[in-house]
Amino acid sequence: MRKYYEFVVEGLIFISGIASIIFVLLIFIFLLKEGLMLFRQVGVFEFLFGEHWYPISEPPRLGILPLILGSLWVTFGATVISVPIGVACAIYIGEIAPGWLREILKAGVELLAAIPSIVLGFIGLVTLVPLVKKIFHLPTGLTALSGSIMLAFMAMPTIVSIMEDALNAVPRGYREGSVAMGATKWQTIRRIVLPSASSGIIAAVMLGIGRVIGETMAVMMITGNAAMIPKSFFQPVRTMTATIAAEMGETVQGSDHYFALFAIGIVLFAITFVVNLFADMSLHQKQARV
Amino acid sequence: MNRFFQMLGVFFLLVCLIPLPFVHAADSQSIQIKGSDTMVNLGQAWAEAFMEANPSVLIAVTGGGSGTGIAALLNRTCDIAQSSREMSEKEYELAESKGLEVQRMSVGIDSIVFVVHPENPVSQLTIDQLSDIFTAKITNWKEVGGPDEPILVLSRERNSGTHVYVLEEIVRKGKKDGTEEFAPSVLMMLSSQAIEQEVTDNKTAIGYFGLGYLNEQVKALSIYNPKTNTYVAPNLEDALNGTYPISRPLLFYLPNKLEGAVKQFVDFVLSEKGQSIVLDMNFVPLKKSEA
Repeated sequence: MRKYYEFVVEGLIFISGIASIIFVLLIFIFLLKEGLMLFRQVGVFEFLFGEHWYPISEPPRLGILPLILGSLWVTFGATVISVPIGVACAIYIGEIAPGWLREILKAGVELLAAIPSIVLGFIGLVTLVPLVKKIFHLPTGLTALSGSIMLAFMAMPTIVSIMEDALNAVPRGYREGSVAMGATKWQTIRRIVLPSASSGIIAAVMLGIGRVIGETMAVMMITGNAAMIPKSFFQPVRTMTATIAAEMGETVQGSDHYFALFAIGIVLFAITFVVNLFADMSLHQKQARV
Repeated sequence: MNRFFQMLGVFFLLVCLIPLPFVHAADSQSIQIKGSDTMVNLGQAWAEAFMEANPSVLIAVTGGGSGTGIAALLNRTCDIAQSSREMSEKEYELAESKGLEVQRMSVGIDSIVFVVHPENPVSQLTIDQLSDIFTAKITNWKEVGGPDEPILVLSRERNSGTHVYVLEEIVRKGKKDGTEEFAPSVLMMLSSQAIEQEVTDNKTAIGYFGLGYLNEQVKALSIYNPKTNTYVAPNLEDALNGTYPISRPLLFYLPNKLEGAVKQFVDFVLSEKGQSIVLDMNFVPLKKSEA
C-alpha cells in the first residue's frame, strides 16, 4: 500500500514538473496553427512590411509594419529611460546604500513591480499625458513618449532586482582586493564590480526589454493607438499588443482578421523569445566563467 | 499519510460540489446580452427594469462593441447581440456555416454627434468636410473657418459599431463602393468616454459618439442636411423627425427561435414601457419615429 502511495505522489509531482513545458508547447502549437492560416491568403512579406493596417475593410489590408515599429519605438524609448536609472539604482542598492536603507529600497522596488499595469496606465492617462502635452506643446499627450515613460516604470523593477543579484554574485574578495590596492570606492565599482557582473547586467536589461515589449494595458491607454509609421516620439503609435487586445473581441473565429491577430502573436512571441534567449545566454556565460 | 489522502478526497469532493447550485441557477433563467458600447447603458436600463418585474430572471449586459456581440452570438456565448450596425454578408455566411439562423430586430434609433471643445469657434460642418477631416485631406482648423491649428482627429476603435457606421456613412459618404479609409494618423480611442475626455481637455480635437453621451463639457457640431438646405444641430426632436442627417437603427440580433425569458425580455423591450426607457436614455424610440 505504501509503495502505491509513493508511486502516486511521485507521479503527481512529475506531472506538475513538466506541466509548464507542456503548456508552453500547447500554446505555441495553437499560436502557430491559427497564425499560419493567414499566410494562405496574405504573403509573409506583405504582412510584415505592409504599411497599412485596415483589417475590417473589404478587402482587408493587413500590413503590420506600423505596429511593429510602434512596439519597437515605445520599447526603445522605455529602454533608454529605464536602463540608466535602473542600473544606477541597482548599484546604489547593491554597493553603496547602508544595510537598513538597502532593505527599504529593495522592498520599494518590489512594490513597484506589484502595481497592476492598468493602474499605471490610468495614472499615466490623467497625470503624465496632460503634462507631456503641455511641456512639449503637442496637439495631444497620447504619444510614444508617454508610453515609454510609463513602461520604463514597469521595466525598472526587473532590471534592478536581477542586476542586484548579479552584483551580489561578485565575490567579496574582488572588492577587498581592489580597495587594498588603494582604489577608491567608485574605481572599485567601475573597474572591478561592474565588469565582473557584466553578463548579469546584460541579462537584466534584456529581461527588462522583454517585459516592456509584451506589456499591453498601459500602452493601449496612453499611446493613442494610431496605426501610422512613427517618425518621432511625439506622435501617437499603435503597438502590436494593443492591436491584439483592442481587436480580439470583435473578430469572428476563422476570419482573416482573426488569423492576422494570431500572426501578430507569432511575431511578438518570436521577438520576446529572441530577447529572452540573449538574456539566458549571457546569464549562463557568467556561470561558466565564475 | 492516510489523513492527507482523506483530506485530499474531501477537498476534491467539495470542488466538484461547489459549482452545482450555480449550474442550476444558470439553467433556470439567465440571459446574456453583449455588444454595442453605444447600447450598453440602454441594455442595462432595460435589464434593470425587467429584472425588477421578474426577479427570477438574471440578465447580464456587457459591452465590447457590436462586432464583439455578433461574434459572441455566432460563437454561442450570448443570447442577444446588441448592435449599432447591420450584420455583414460575411457574418451571415458564418452564421449559416455554424447552423445558426439569426433574426434582426430594430429596438430604437441613435444619432451620432460630432463634438469639439467648447472654445472652438467652428460650429457647423458638412459631411464632405467631415470626410476630408477624417481622411486627413483637411488637417488644419483654418480650412473650415477655425483658428490656425492642426486638427487632432479622434475615432473609436475598430470593434465599435459607431466606427463602422462613421466609416461607411461619413468617411465614405454612404457610397457602397467607397474605398476611403480613416487616415492612419487618426487616434483610435477605446471608448466613447475616452473621446469625451480628450475633447474636453483638448481645444484642437474633434471626435464622435452617440447622442446619448452628449453633455455640457463638449460642443456638438451642426451638420448640413442637403434635403432641407440647413445646418441641423443634433437634438432629440430633429433625430425623431429625421432632419438630423446622421442617424442609425439600434438592433438586436438573436436566434430565430425565441423562448422563455429571452422572448419575455424582447417583448418588454418593444412594449411602451421599454420604448419609454429608450427616450429616457436619450435615444429615439421606434413608435414615434415611425409615426
